[in-house]
Amino acid sequence: MTTEPKTMREAWTEHTSALLDVNPFLALVLADISDDYFTEAAAKHPGRVVNVGIREQLLVGTAGGLALAGLRPMAHTYAPFLVERAFEQVKLDFGHQGTSGVLVSVGASYDWAEGSFTHFSPRDVALFDTLPGWRVFVPGHADEVPALLDSAVDSTEGAYVRLSLRHNAAAHAGADGDLVVLREGSRATVIAVGPLLDNTLAATEGLDVTVAYTNTPRPLDTAGLRDLASRTGNTVVLVEPYLEGTSAAVASEALADRPLRLLSVGVGRAELRRYGTAADHEHLHGLDAQGIAARLKAFL
Amino acid sequence: MMSAMNATYEDALALARRSVSDVRYPVVKTYTLDPIWVLYDRVLRIDPQRPDHPARDRFLLSKGHGPSAFYAVLAAKGFFPETWLDSIADVDSRLGSHPDRTLVPGAEISAGSLGHGLPLGVGLALGLRAKGYDSQVYVLVGDAELDEGSNHEAIAYAGATGLANLHVIVADNDSASHGWPGGVASRFSVNGWAASTVDSTDHDALHASLTEPHPDGPRATVAVTRR
Repeated sequence: MTTEPKTMREAWTEHTSALLDVNPFLALVLADISDDYFTEAAAKHPGRVVNVGIREQLLVGTAGGLALAGLRPMAHTYAPFLVERAFEQVKLDFGHQGTSGVLVSVGASYDWAEGSFTHFSPRDVALFDTLPGWRVFVPGHADEVPALLDSAVDSTEGAYVRLSLRHNAAAHAGADGDLVVLREGSRATVIAVGPLLDNTLAATEGLDVTVAYTNTPRPLDTAGLRDLASRTGNTVVLVEPYLEGTSAAVASEALADRPLRLLSVGVGRAELRRYGTAADHEHLHGLDAQGIAARLKAFL
Repeated sequence: MMSAMNATYEDALALARRSVSDVRYPVVKTYTLDPIWVLYDRVLRIDPQRPDHPARDRFLLSKGHGPSAFYAVLAAKGFFPETWLDSIADVDSRLGSHPDRTLVPGAEISAGSLGHGLPLGVGLALGLRAKGYDSQVYVLVGDAELDEGSNHEAIAYAGATGLANLHVIVADNDSASHGWPGGVASRFSVNGWAASTVDSTDHDALHASLTEPHPDGPRATVAVTRR
């Protein structure tokens, strides 16, 4: 009998429940999604674990109000409902009020492939780029989640934590945001974000490229990027598990003083109208090892 | 110049008329002055000298449009100098056509986009309760602002969970395009709120409704105006 590895959502549940026990300023707001994960925490902390029902505008607005009361709010639901449906609340109920909060999503770009387009959220990270002051965490493994949560909660900045069922075989980074170099080469610097690292490592097998990993696309470690790029002819490849090109502007700005050559690999814009599995969608978007390798070889 | 200690409603009215805040709204929108004045004069536990006291009551002007009455009351009560009212919405003014809480002493929320104040008020009421304060949260919305669905998310949730430190004032000047058949108050009472409808010019009636105990759930005061 094999034991299923802990999911990011389970890691988030466990760690947030523990934080609620020790941090009297942390408050969790739910909108039915994952409510069953927090039954015990809600019983222990009824004033700081609230479920508003299937009401996403209220979910984010309530979190904003908790911040106004001096608490550190964490709001959670499925990614498209948290970020897209309630985006004006994300925009106005934190930063515009001079406050901030922690938003934690599940679903990512195509986790629930059977549910398809309504539950896909490849645009979320790009949307945070339209707002000042948000950090974005995209863990690649459940074991990376606790440190990222600590960093998100123990801060006065906004943080978006994007949990996924897709994951790498092992954890590779803490919460310092620094790019972690896993392979060194000379022809390109390939930055893999979160759960796409293993596919990227497989895709670059035998290629003369540097592969670096991050679970913190915002703020991206641009100093690290500049350093690595300087040793690979300022040729950069970004492999991101959300909308293709999301970090292209950040990379371009970081390397504005150099002749940058940049390839963006990520989730396509087209609505595929397909079901199946997340692995199927990774393939359809060219984000499996084979797809990434094909893009890389054509680029190099 | 009046003293903040003994400013009267007439003083606040004069200040509101002095502060036409938006050339697009040439008629001074003072119909919200009555409830805001009664709140700051007779209800809210707020010290203008300590506007950041954590256990203060909160007033959230959700309907950020036409904030002349709000600014006038804050000035009359000494939150900021009356002279600020003479340059509203100038490029260097701290007072805009929509209030910004980071710029206006005494403003609890930045408003302007309708339908944000009541959900923020729910969170604020939950948070103040979690911190052990008995602070009350008062949110002023317009009857047309109630068109925004976010309000109804908040009304349903606050009623169902008995959020007793929350109080909504609806400034009802019959401006909702499609009206509220059966009356605005019914939207609250059907969700378990205590609700009263009063004439907004009757300050004693306003005061009575705004201070009526409601230990089991939230309360709404619909302040009807014909102005």
